[in-house]
Amino acid sequence: MRGNRKLAAVLPALLAVLLATALPGCAGGGAAAGSSTLTVFAAASLKSSFTELAERFEAENPGTTVTFSFAGSADLATQLNQGAPADVFASADAGTMAKVQEAGLVDGEPRDFATNTLAIAVPPGNPAGIRSFADLAKAGIKLVACAEQVPCGAAAASVEDSTGTVLSPVSEENSVTDVLGKVISGEADAGLVYVTDVRSAGGRVESIPFPEAGAAVNPYPAAVLAGSSNKAAAGRFLDLLAGPEGQEILAAAGFGPGSR
Amino acid sequence: MTGGHSGRQAYTGVPRWLYALAVLAALVVVLPLAAMVARVNWANFIPLVTSAPALAALGLSLRTAAASTALCIVLGVPLAVVLARGRFPLLGLLRSLVLLPLVLPPVVGGIALLYTFGRQGLLGSTLEVLGLQIAFSTAAVVLAQTFVALPFLVVSLEGALRTGGQRYEAVAATLGASPGTVFRRVTLPLVLPGLASGAVLSFARSLGEFGATLTFAGSLQGVTRTLPLEIYLQRETDPDAAVALSLVLVAVAVAVVALAYRRPGGRGPDGKAGKQASGERPTTAAAPGGALT
Repeated sequence: MRGNRKLAAVLPALLAVLLATALPGCAGGGAAAGSSTLTVFAAASLKSSFTELAERFEAENPGTTVTFSFAGSADLATQLNQGAPADVFASADAGTMAKVQEAGLVDGEPRDFATNTLAIAVPPGNPAGIRSFADLAKAGIKLVACAEQVPCGAAAASVEDSTGTVLSPVSEENSVTDVLGKVISGEADAGLVYVTDVRSAGGRVESIPFPEAGAAVNPYPAAVLAGSSNKAAAGRFLDLLAGPEGQEILAAAGFGPGSR
Repeated sequence: MTGGHSGRQAYTGVPRWLYALAVLAALVVVLPLAAMVARVNWANFIPLVTSAPALAALGLSLRTAAASTALCIVLGVPLAVVLARGRFPLLGLLRSLVLLPLVLPPVVGGIALLYTFGRQGLLGSTLEVLGLQIAFSTAAVVLAQTFVALPFLVVSLEGALRTGGQRYEAVAATLGASPGTVFRRVTLPLVLPGLASGAVLSFARSLGEFGATLTFAGSLQGVTRTLPLEIYLQRETDPDAAVALSLVLVAVAVAVVALAYRRPGGRGPDGKAGKQASGERPTTAAAPGGALT
C-alpha cells in the first residue's frame, strides 16, 4: 500500500516527463525558421534513389530541406485524398497518379520520369533451378507474386496474358517488398519483383531477367501538387528528376529512362 | 456505468473532473469507429460483403480462429494451471515470456515464427523431412493466431485460478481425490467461466490477427488470406469494400466482447459446470472478466 501511495505521488511527475518527451515528437516537421521544406510523397521503390537526389537538391537549393514519406503508391494517394500536405507526388504506376489527378490535387501534368520492369528474383544459388518465365508455372515451384490490386501484380498479370502462361502463386502479396522478403528468407523458390528491387537487395537474391517482361513496362509519373505552398521548388525537384543527374541516379538503381 | 446518477444520493468517490477525462477516453475509442460507420456505402453493402473473395476470407477467418482457439485451450489450460499453482524457480520469468506476445508488435511475432517454422527456420528442415510444409499454408495462419492469442487465455485463466483459491481443491484432496481427479472434477469446473471468457477473447484476437499472418503465412484467397488481410488488400483499390468488411469485423468483435464480458449474474456458458462439479458450487470468485487485470 505504502509503495502504491508513493507511486501515486510521483505519477503527475511521470506524466509530465512522458508529455515533455512526446510533444516535440508530435509537433514534428517544425522546420527551423527562415528555411523552407519540400515534402515529397514517393513510392517505396524510390527510396534509395530519391534520398540521394535530395542531397543534390539541397546542395543546389540552399535553405530548402527535402522531407520524404515513402510508402505504397495507393497508400500515399489515400493520404493525399485525405488532405495530407505535400508538394510532390511520385507514383509507381499511372493508375494511382490518375486517381490523384481526378481528385483535382495535381498542378499541371504529371511527368513520367522513369520506368521499371519485372524480374524474377530467386534465393542465392537458385535452388529450384528457375531459368525462364515459363518455369514459374511448373508444378511444385513456390512462386510469390503481388496481388493484382497493386501495380506489380497488375504488371505480372499483363505478362501472363501476353505469354499465355498461367501462374499459381502460393501467396499474392500487397507489396513488392513483401514478395522480396519471402524470397530473401528462402520461403519462396521465386518471386516476381521489379528490376530495381533485385538491385537494392544486393547479393541476397539472384535475378533472372526474362524478355517477356517487356510486355509490362511500368512508367513512374511525378507531379507537383495543387496544394503545394512551394510550387517553384517542387518544379525544380521534378526538373532534377528528369534531368541528366536524376536520370543517372535512377539508372544506377535499375530504373529505365523516363519519357519526359 | 453508474455515472448517470452520481453526486447527491450515494457517495461514489469519483471526482467530477475524472468524468471529463473518462468521456475523452471513451471518445478516443468510439469516435474513429463511428467515423468509419459513417463512411459505409450502404447501397452496396450486401454485394460488397458477399463477394466471393470476401466470403472466402470470412470463412477462412472463422475456421482458423476456431482452430487456434481450440489449440489455445489445449495448450493454454495446462500452462495457466502451472503458472497459477506451480512452485518452481524462474516461474516469474516464464510468465513474463509467455505474456510477451501481448505487447510485441505482431510483425515481430511473424518474423519469429518464420525463423522457427519457415523452410530455413529452426524446425523447418525437421518438418520438411516429416513432409510438413508450414509456410504459405492454412496451418501457418493458425500458428500465427495461436501465438498472439495464447496469452489472452492464459492471463484470463490464471486470474480465475488465483482468485478462486485452492480451498475446494484442498478439501477434495483430503477426501482422497487424486490430483488428476481434483483437476477434472474441482479445478476446471470452478474456473470454467474464466476459461470461457479467455477462450472468447482468444477467438477475438485470432480473428483480428494481421501482422504475424502477413509476415509468416502470406496472402492467398481461401488459403491464407483472412478477413483482415482481405481488408488490407481491398483498401488498395476499393475503399468501399474495405470499409464494409471492416464493419463486419467490428460487428463480430462487438458480439465477442459482449459475450466475454457478460454480467456474472446471467447464466454463462458454464451451464454444464454445475452438474459436473456435482455438489461443488461454482463460486462467484471466478467471475468472467475479472481476470484480465
